[in-house]
Formats: sequence, structure tokens, C-alpha cells
Amino acid sequence: MNNVRNKKRANKSLPFFFKDEFKVSFIIVFISVILLISTFSFDIVPPILNRGIQPATFPKALLILIISLTFIIYYLSIKNPWKIGKKLPKTFFLTLLSFLIFVFISKTLDFFLAISVLSFFVSYNWGERRIFYLLLVSIIFPILVFIFFETILGLRFPPGIITNLYYY
Amino acid sequence: MLTPLFSSKLLIVLLFGTLFGLILGVLPGLGPTTGGALILPFTMTLDPLSAIVLLTSIYCAGTYGGAITAVLINTPGTPAAAATCLDGYPLAQKGEAGRALGMATVSSTVGGIFSVIILVFFAPLLAKLAYEFGQPEYFALAIFGLTMLSSIGEGSPIKNLIAGAFGILISTIGKDFMTSIDRFTYGINELSVGIGFIPVVVGLFAISEMLTQSTILDQVFKRVALKAVKLPTKDDYKKTWKTILRSSGIGSFIGVLPAEGGTVASLIGYSEAKRFSKNPEEFGKGSIEGIAGAEAANNAATGGAMVPTLALGIPGSATTAVILTGLIIHGVRPGPDLFREQPDFLYGIFGAMLIANVLFFIFGFFGAKVFARITLVPNKILWPMIFAVSVCGTYSLSQSIIDVWIMLFFGVLGFFMRRFGFSVVPVIIGLILGELVEGTLRQSLVIFDGNWLMFLTRPIALTFFILSLIALAFPLLRSKKQKK
Repeated sequence: MNNVRNKKRANKSLPFFFKDEFKVSFIIVFISVILLISTFSFDIVPPILNRGIQPATFPKALLILIISLTFIIYYLSIKNPWKIGKKLPKTFFLTLLSFLIFVFISKTLDFFLAISVLSFFVSYNWGERRIFYLLLVSIIFPILVFIFFETILGLRFPPGIITNLYYY
Repeated sequence: MLTPLFSSKLLIVLLFGTLFGLILGVLPGLGPTTGGALILPFTMTLDPLSAIVLLTSIYCAGTYGGAITAVLINTPGTPAAAATCLDGYPLAQKGEAGRALGMATVSSTVGGIFSVIILVFFAPLLAKLAYEFGQPEYFALAIFGLTMLSSIGEGSPIKNLIAGAFGILISTIGKDFMTSIDRFTYGINELSVGIGFIPVVVGLFAISEMLTQSTILDQVFKRVALKAVKLPTKDDYKKTWKTILRSSGIGSFIGVLPAEGGTVASLIGYSEAKRFSKNPEEFGKGSIEGIAGAEAANNAATGGAMVPTLALGIPGSATTAVILTGLIIHGVRPGPDLFREQPDFLYGIFGAMLIANVLFFIFGFFGAKVFARITLVPNKILWPMIFAVSVCGTYSLSQSIIDVWIMLFFGVLGFFMRRFGFSVVPVIIGLILGELVEGTLRQSLVIFDGNWLMFLTRPIALTFFILSLIALAFPLLRSKKQKK
């Protein structure tokens, strides 16, 4: 599958919209255009209060610059295609998934639990099977970090099912 | 110069910073920029001088630390040590790892100390010159900085420009500082204060690196045995003293320019060493001159990069952008006034950099073997721990969970940027210079009554604009020359 895909990507006769150069340029231009449109909804300062230029002018100029430069890199990539990166492995997607799990748990249950779960999940998926090291990264080390930030930096972590046990 | 450092607290901070910097430098994927960003929240418990001494010592030692892994496992601990691999590892494979590390240590120390001398002499001169600067000059200078970064930084200049513009765009998120009008906040209250520097830098460096590491888990490091670090012989000194001095000069000069500091400096230092060498055919096969050329240059860039950072408030590299943030969050505003009002503070920084260079020489010489063992910590244990520190550090600055999510977003973005050849450094520099660029532009236009052409009537601003054009044209000229 990997070989087939690499061959496909290397094939110059492939439709332009399958190539990385097009996909990246398209995403940049697409997001920039959306942001550019949103700048038209920024409040306009009355001339008497306005200093120099309107608040929307500078971001507009930047976005137009980004769009123009993206067209240039796309044009240049037709002559000199970008290097094709290796196919991303399963561990990459699992790490990305762990970030989503982290966001979900930190929002709904507990910030600290989220760190522990992510640490365990990442370490396990990256190949760690030894119980002691899994406990080290997911429980012992986060507790040490918690104590350090809480006592030395005087930081108060957001409330949650585990953090509340410490605070109350 | 060293008087402000004669306190046990500062010396302990310096010692810790040097050791921590070495550890960061040795670990591939980490480095002084990420390490500095991670430790920034901890510096809030320190006084301003101790905080900056800590960050600068991490910068100096971290830059050198990259050489240890470059020589022993053929993997640069920091991007600045990439050129060191070319000759360091082949020499180590010949059973001369001690000699290679000895030369790397000596040339790094000489380069570092040389650049501190440059810093001591040139920073005050530049600050004096900056007294003449008004808003238009600062605007032109910031534009010059960004164009230089894109043209001599790593990778495609146009991609670097896009990344720099993106960094400036991020700085516009939140309330407009002149009119208090919301920009790109979309009704989210937390965004009205803007996006902080720490979530972006930790995301772009630490989290994106974690994602990169997740793609190379099958990588196996082959470590070359090291008995002890050896001081270079008389013959080695004879062969390399000119190279070390030349690279120290090159590194200091490149460091002063707003670019990717040590990385570019080491590559130029290396290629110049090869060009001037009597034995260029030895390069790539374990040339002692190659190691000296790269290492003297990358460490010389540390002091050089501090020159515009302290004198103008324009960072010379990604790590100095972190140091600049450290200065700002501790209430120190870099620029000409700093030189007039707080000379003791500045001399404390200069002295700290000088001592850090001596300390990493001692630690490197006697402890390289121990530091090299740090690379044996498996990624599957190391990176979850770095994640925990990144998350807590990012959260601690504003105690906002949104900052943590922003960090994760920039981590994913940074990974894909790097994958498609966009450097993340211009984003950082753009973010930190964004307010300066926009503020000075708008204030200049107030002064000029909206007439853009008035910029051209200011000689210093005009000079910077011309230099910016040259900087933009430079990659084109270079590629044409290479084709010929």
C-alpha cells in the first residue's frame, strides 16, 4: 500500500490536486481568504479617534501578502516539486489521538488525570511495556510535577475529580 | 563585569543553567530554545538578573551540548551542531572520539568567549546608534530583521516569509492595542488578551518535536565508545587556530544578523573552513578543522545574537527570542535606555555568558561521557515527561487551560509546517516582533500624516529598506550563481 501510494505521489502525471504542493497551498489560501473576509467585520474607528490606519488594515495586508506568496511557492513547485515525506506511522496518529483525549479529559474530568492518561497512552503506544516505567511516567512523575508547581511556584491547578481531593 | 555575579545565589543559578543547558543540548530534539521556553515559567520565582543569567547560561551550554551527540551518535543534539556531525562522527569512528570532542570543546569555548567580547564592545555602540531611531527607523529595522531571517535562514526564503507573516498575524489576535477593537477573537473572551508567546513556542518546538519523535521510534542510535575527552595536541592547534578565529568572527557576525543564529553560522563556518583548508579532501572524513570551524562558529553566534536583542530589542535567533520574552516578563525593556539606566544588569549578563563558556568547557571536558549517557533515556519515557512539564509550564503563566490547548494546536501545526519545509523559527520571531512592526508603522503614519512616501525621507529607515531589498534579492542571486 505504502509503495503504491509513494509511486502515485511521485508520478508527475497525477492530477495536480493530489499533490502535496497543491494541498498545502490550497489550505493556506483557503484559511487566509476566510480570515481576510472576517477582517471586513472588524469595527471601524471613527476618523477622529483613528491613529494612522484602521485596525483591520494591517491584518488585511498581511493576509494578502501570505496569499500572494503562497501562489508564488505553488508556481515554483511546478518546476521544482517538494520532497515527499515518508508515510506517517500508526504511532503518530495514536499520539494525535492522545492529544484529543487529553483535551476531552481536561475539559470534563480533571487536568491532572488528563496528563496521567496521556503519559500512559503515549508511553504504551510508543512501545513501553514495563509496569514500573509506565507507573513512573503516568503517576510518579506527574505527582512530582504537581507538587513542584503547587508548592514552589504556588500554582493552583483547575478543579477536577482528582485535584479536588488534594485541595479539599 | 563579573562583580554583579559575586553572589552565591547567582553562581548556583549559573551552575544549574550550564548543567541543564548541556543536558538539553545533548538530547536530540530538545535544545536551548525549547528548554528556555520550558523553564521560563520557573524563572518567575527569581529576580530579573538571576532569571536572565539562567536563560543565557542555558543558551551557551545548550549550543555546545549538541556537539557531544553529534560526535558520538551522529545525531546533532541541536540543529546548530548539524555541521559538526560531518567530521565529528567519522573521526570518532576512527577511534578518536576523545580528540574530536576535545577540539569541539576548545573551539566552542574560544568561539563563545570571542563572541562575548564582541557583545561587550558592540552592544553599547549599537545602543548608542539606536538613540537616533524614531518610530519609522524601528519599523524599517524590524522589516529588515524579518527579511534577513527569511533570506539567510534555513529552507525556502518564500516559505520563511510566509511563516514570518503568519507569526506577525498571530500577534494581531486580540484587542488592538491602539483602539481596543477586537480582532480575530470571534467572541471568545480568552482570545481578547491575545495569544501568549509561551504556548506558541512550547507548541512549535516541544510538542511538534514530540510528534516528530512519534514517527521515528524505530531509529537506533549507534554510540561510539568514548574513553576520555582529550585536549587538542600542538599539531591540532597549529592546524586549526586560524579556522577557530575565522569561524569565531563569522559566527559573531551571523549571530548579530537576525537569522537562525548558530545553525546558519555553523554551516558557513564549516564551508569557509573547507575553502581555506590546505586539505579540503579530508572534510567529511574526520577533519579536525571541520569540527573546529563548525563549533567555533555556532558558539560564537550566541554572543552575536545577544547584541541586537539587548541593544535594540530585536532577537537575533529563536533562543534569544525566548530570552527577550524573559526580559519583558520580568519588566526589563531592552534597548538603548537599558544601557543607560541598568549597566550593572547588563554587565551581569555579559559576565554570566563569559563564565558559562568556561563552565561548559570544564563540564564538557570532564563530563562528556556522563552527558552522552543521557541519550540512552528512551523516548517512550522521556517525551511523556516533557509533555507533563510543557503542559504545567504553559498553564502556569496565566493559569489558563486555553493556553494549553493553544500549545497543542501549535504543536500539530508546527509538525506539519516542518514536514512541508516551513521553518517554525520565523513564526516565533514574527510573533515577538509583530507588535513592534504594527505599532511603529501606525505611529509613523500618524507622524507622516498618512503619507507613506515620507518613509523614504528618513536616511536610516531608507538604508534599512534598501538592505531589506538586498536581503530579499540575495537568495535569487545565490541560486543564479549556483546555476552558473
